[in-house]
Amino acid sequence: MSKIKIYVPRDSEALALGADEVAAVIALQARQRGIPIELVRNSSRGMFWLEPLVEVATKKGRVAYGPVQPEDVAGLFDVGFHNGGAHKLGLGLTDEIDYLKKQERLTFARMGITDPVSLDDYQAHEGYAGLCKALTLKPTEVVQQVLDSGLRGRGGAAFPAGIKWKTVAAAQAEQKYVVCNADEGDSGTFSDRMTMEGDPYMLIEGMTIAAMATGATRGYIYVRSEYPHAIAALNEAIARATEAGFLGNKDGKGVLGSGQAFHLEVRKGAGSYVCGEETAMLESIEGKRGVVRAKPPIPALKGLFGQPTVINNVITFASVPIILARGAAFYANYGLGRSRGTLPIQIAGNVKHGGLVEKAFGVTLRELMVDYGGGTASGRPIKAVQVGGPLGAYVPEAHWDLPMDYEGWTAVGATVGHGGIVIHDDTADLSRLARYAMEFCAIESCGKCTPCRIGSTRGVETIDRITQGDAQNRPQQVKLLRDLCDTMVNGSLCAMGGMTPFPVLSALNHYPEDFGLSKPDRKAA
Amino acid sequence: MTSNNQVQSTIRRVLDDKRGMPGALLPILHDIQDELGHVPPEAVADIAEALNLSRAEVHGVISYYHHFRTEAPKGAVVQVCRAEACQSCGSEALWEHASKQAKGQNVTLESVYCLGLCATAPSMSINDKPYARVSHARFDHLLAQLKEAA
Repeated sequence: MSKIKIYVPRDSEALALGADEVAAVIALQARQRGIPIELVRNSSRGMFWLEPLVEVATKKGRVAYGPVQPEDVAGLFDVGFHNGGAHKLGLGLTDEIDYLKKQERLTFARMGITDPVSLDDYQAHEGYAGLCKALTLKPTEVVQQVLDSGLRGRGGAAFPAGIKWKTVAAAQAEQKYVVCNADEGDSGTFSDRMTMEGDPYMLIEGMTIAAMATGATRGYIYVRSEYPHAIAALNEAIARATEAGFLGNKDGKGVLGSGQAFHLEVRKGAGSYVCGEETAMLESIEGKRGVVRAKPPIPALKGLFGQPTVINNVITFASVPIILARGAAFYANYGLGRSRGTLPIQIAGNVKHGGLVEKAFGVTLRELMVDYGGGTASGRPIKAVQVGGPLGAYVPEAHWDLPMDYEGWTAVGATVGHGGIVIHDDTADLSRLARYAMEFCAIESCGKCTPCRIGSTRGVETIDRITQGDAQNRPQQVKLLRDLCDTMVNGSLCAMGGMTPFPVLSALNHYPEDFGLSKPDRKAA
Repeated sequence: MTSNNQVQSTIRRVLDDKRGMPGALLPILHDIQDELGHVPPEAVADIAEALNLSRAEVHGVISYYHHFRTEAPKGAVVQVCRAEACQSCGSEALWEHASKQAKGQNVTLESVYCLGLCATAPSMSINDKPYARVSHARFDHLLAQLKEAA
């Protein structure tokens, strides 16, 4: 009797919902019942309301059950779930689940399907096809592919990745670096975490392609300390990839015998949000306080240890393998305007069906929140939605039908950012959220520039005076807050101080009643 | 309690192991904290000497990053996420509840700003083990488990 493959995710969100306990009970029950199984700890499909989502390989395909709790396992075995038996937690064929079926998964194509640290599994699912292709091309041709794909920085700044690569490739230096910014600190975002935990080779492959294209021989992945599972998965994957010759300098012949070495290392952050800003991150890797550097010089010319450095975010690097494997045109064919390709979007906060939805640019917020998200978890009406992390604006309902693209959204004051969507129901108080934005900036400011360091604290005080002070002084305090925001936007050194006013002003503009202002006071953003 | 000798030998071993790395300071601090639970103030001089930095520079880095602590934590480290996604699902009320319940208990309660478990908020972690959709009752249950285990 051949072993039955049963999949239980190891993604930390699944673990947080009891996946380890479920896996242990499945193994125990199978042993007791004499059923030979192979338990695979896969990554998550990204449907978190169904986690722990247990899958069984059947002749028809993988069949899903979820959310499974340890006490459900005996019942599942009783109905023969290991042969695809019917059960009230049964969801049918995984690939046929609407939430997954309607997505356009390019970057997340393997997510939830493979064993994250298995190199064989990775290669069996198109893994390393991109690097192999890149090694047949000249470095300039690889850069051209990335340029032609239209791929832009998925961390938030949306700068064309190919232009950075081209600058580093053209720079003359003894040592160049590739650095991955995996300091995913934005609330409501988890696509980097899922990638590192669930498909680490994809990130490693993307960085290796960048190294080959630019002549960099050393790389670092800067991961926040809040992500211990991601760090563990990456370290294991790096060790295995190095052993197999996909990284490092095996037998002195470089990566896959290409003649160029690439040594990759994980560096752990230490709980500083501003280290997600690329120059603060470089300082941190160098062993200093994560204080923002003034630009220029740009990191592509003078980056880590003063050397030319490619810096991209996790999803940017992770998008590269498929671009090389299938060609720039394939990727660029998705999306609209100057926003090409797909974005792994994270639906979070007060939402019924929270999870990861990868779609081509052009999808609307309403589709994401209602069609995918299913509305709020509380069942109450959606009041506000913050997109793009703590520095992103609260988007009012008037803009929920706008197709997602960088330029179109910027025009209405919204931020795509890292693609995180945080939904709030009608119990949310936007003045509190605005106050929190300023407070967070005060806690996390690196302290280098005054508008951010001092402005954020003054912001908290001013909002307190608006909401708790004398109603007579309110208009004057609102004017003061707007002035302060103006100074922060125009006078801060980086996005931390420069964008904190976005959630604050959008809350003030679109939800004035939460600040004790009457609606007619509403002003355009 | 870790003895002085143990502390000294850990610091020396970590320094011997990591001092040659480019940008070695953070990896050194992490290793020390992972082993000892904190970065003892007496480590500063040794680290500074090993890396050819001033004590002020080392101290500046330790105090800059929220993650590093200079005193041993009391019991288990419980981190409650208080960022926006968790706020939308009642993390502020959970934080107030947790603060009350943890008082006098053998735990170190901390705020954290995002554990990346934003689709199943509110979330928290206990010694790095993640927990999602934490109701007040679930928090009490987990706290009781910690007490039992102690």
